[in-house]
Amino acid sequence: MSMENKIIDRKTDYQKTEERMAGTSGGRIKGPRAGAGTADRVDYGRVERQARIKNRVGKTITYMLLTLWALVVLFPFYWMVLTSLKGYGAYNSEFIPRFYTLSPTLQNYVDAFTTVSLGRYLLNTAVFTLVTTGLMLGVIVLAAFAFARLEFKGKHILFVAFLSLMMIPNELVVITNFVTVTSLDLRNTFTGLILPSVTSVFYIYLLKENFEQIPDSLYYAAKVDGTSDLKYLFKVMIPISKPTLVTVTILKVIECWNSYVWPRLITDNPDYYLVSNGIQEIRENGFGRENIPAMMAAVVVISVPLVLLFLVFRKKIMAGVSRGGTKF
Amino acid sequence: MNRVKRKKGKPGGLKGYLYLLPALLFLGVFLVYPLVDVFVYSFEEGYNSASQTCYGTGLYNYNYVLHDPYFLQAVKNTFLLVVITVPLSTGLALLVSVGLHSIKPLRDLFQTVYFLPYVTNTLAVGLVFMILFKKTAYSDGLINLLITWCGGDTVDFIDGPYWAKMFVLCFYTVWVVMPFKILILTSALASVNQDYYKAAQVDGTSKLRTFFRITLPMISPMIFYLVITGFIGAFKAYSDVVALFGTDLNAAGMNTIVGYVYDMLYGDSGGYPSYASAAAILLFAIVLTITCINLLVSGRKVAAGGGYEYGK
Repeated sequence: MSMENKIIDRKTDYQKTEERMAGTSGGRIKGPRAGAGTADRVDYGRVERQARIKNRVGKTITYMLLTLWALVVLFPFYWMVLTSLKGYGAYNSEFIPRFYTLSPTLQNYVDAFTTVSLGRYLLNTAVFTLVTTGLMLGVIVLAAFAFARLEFKGKHILFVAFLSLMMIPNELVVITNFVTVTSLDLRNTFTGLILPSVTSVFYIYLLKENFEQIPDSLYYAAKVDGTSDLKYLFKVMIPISKPTLVTVTILKVIECWNSYVWPRLITDNPDYYLVSNGIQEIRENGFGRENIPAMMAAVVVISVPLVLLFLVFRKKIMAGVSRGGTKF
Repeated sequence: MNRVKRKKGKPGGLKGYLYLLPALLFLGVFLVYPLVDVFVYSFEEGYNSASQTCYGTGLYNYNYVLHDPYFLQAVKNTFLLVVITVPLSTGLALLVSVGLHSIKPLRDLFQTVYFLPYVTNTLAVGLVFMILFKKTAYSDGLINLLITWCGGDTVDFIDGPYWAKMFVLCFYTVWVVMPFKILILTSALASVNQDYYKAAQVDGTSKLRTFFRITLPMISPMIFYLVITGFIGAFKAYSDVVALFGTDLNAAGMNTIVGYVYDMLYGDSGGYPSYASAAAILLFAIVLTITCINLLVSGRKVAAGGGYEYGK
């Protein structure tokens, strides 16, 4: 890219020189500048050098600004790891915070798992995430298959109705769901936590689009062989659509891991807290005293799984979010 | 498609509904019914969730909410947050994306780093911002240290003056929403036809002019998409506010509209689903109005930009 730019830059300058020369040879009177063709030729090298310097200065500034924003993004992560490694006494004796520590300790991580029930929160979140994502996959695969492959009365109207459901903001429905789940006596249960988060219209839509790209001929061939619809779905469609299914799964896992509002409304027993509520609980009445290093250790433990997931599936996650990350 | 109409002797296509049944059930119970119900709640006066009774219908709930000082404070906070963060984050994301687009080495690394905040837990990382900005008995905190180095006076950003708290909130919100915007804008920039740039370069057009006359018009639909989703997202701000200021947002004076809804529903001040419903519907009305205005304005501008581009 940069090479190309340079070549084009050079071409442009060359053209300019030529134009000017053409102007002089065309016999137009240009006052003192007439016949300055040779001077322009000499200038050419300097123009090119200047352009290169200008280009390099521009690049340097660009890199500096990009690095600056990268630092803004990364610094909180550095600070949280750093603080989590400082001892309780050492941290509180630093009136001026230090940017490094010479005596790192893992005691805070031990505290985070023993003094507060961080392990419990992690386990709850893992169960919640696994069950919700599993159930959701079942529901959306069946629904997407019906929309993409089967024919039934009112299919198109129903599909439009589904799409219009995407516009309903969560804030409007959460109130009734709260009342429903409370009156069903499902507060502080996994059932109450999981059920409202199971379906996602957007993922049904995404998967349906994907299913529709599978050629019809495969379906007819399977039909001729006497394969049932369900078997066709599991043996052909799901394996072919695996990339989309993986993307959907990862996005849902991220969503579940970070969900805060619904779990907060529906649980007030710390035995059922997920990590988001857990960290809030730790903040408000965690370690009995303000133990910021241990709190940061908990934050690190909560953040690590998703950061790892992101680093492994970077391309998939970014492609998935840019296709349907309307959540924000 | 039509040829697949009949199979296994089920002409009506009951099978299709059988496959859709789980989705229909979940959506019906947790999305469609609540949507209707929330309007019902909002008009029922004095609804009691324990006995499921109310003593009348009318606009009393709306009247109450609109005169509640906490709600008005929440509306003020939310509007300030929206007005500050949406243009700021979109502009900043545009700047970063253009920079990112103009380099080749390290681009992947930068992109990965910039996306990190998207996958982190808002509540957890919010705590890091809190300790960075907070002033305690032990320490003034890192940001105050930097302010002192620059010769300023220390400020408590978490429990201090209103502008300081608003500043932290806006800063954190921008930090959280940037990844999505950068991602969308970099892919928009990459999809602009390179021929336009080559043509501009052959003409010797300056970089600034190229940016304003080619790049900006070409990616303007995506910018307006980001502005609209940004408005919607910022109006629903809640968990980042909790992360910074704790769950008692009314006491901190930093509540948002969504926070007000949840506080009315649950917690120490909770138990009023009717007020919560009225507030949620008011929020929805505000968001809908602003989105429509946005669409009208941006529709005209995008059309104008596109027209200019093709007219040339």
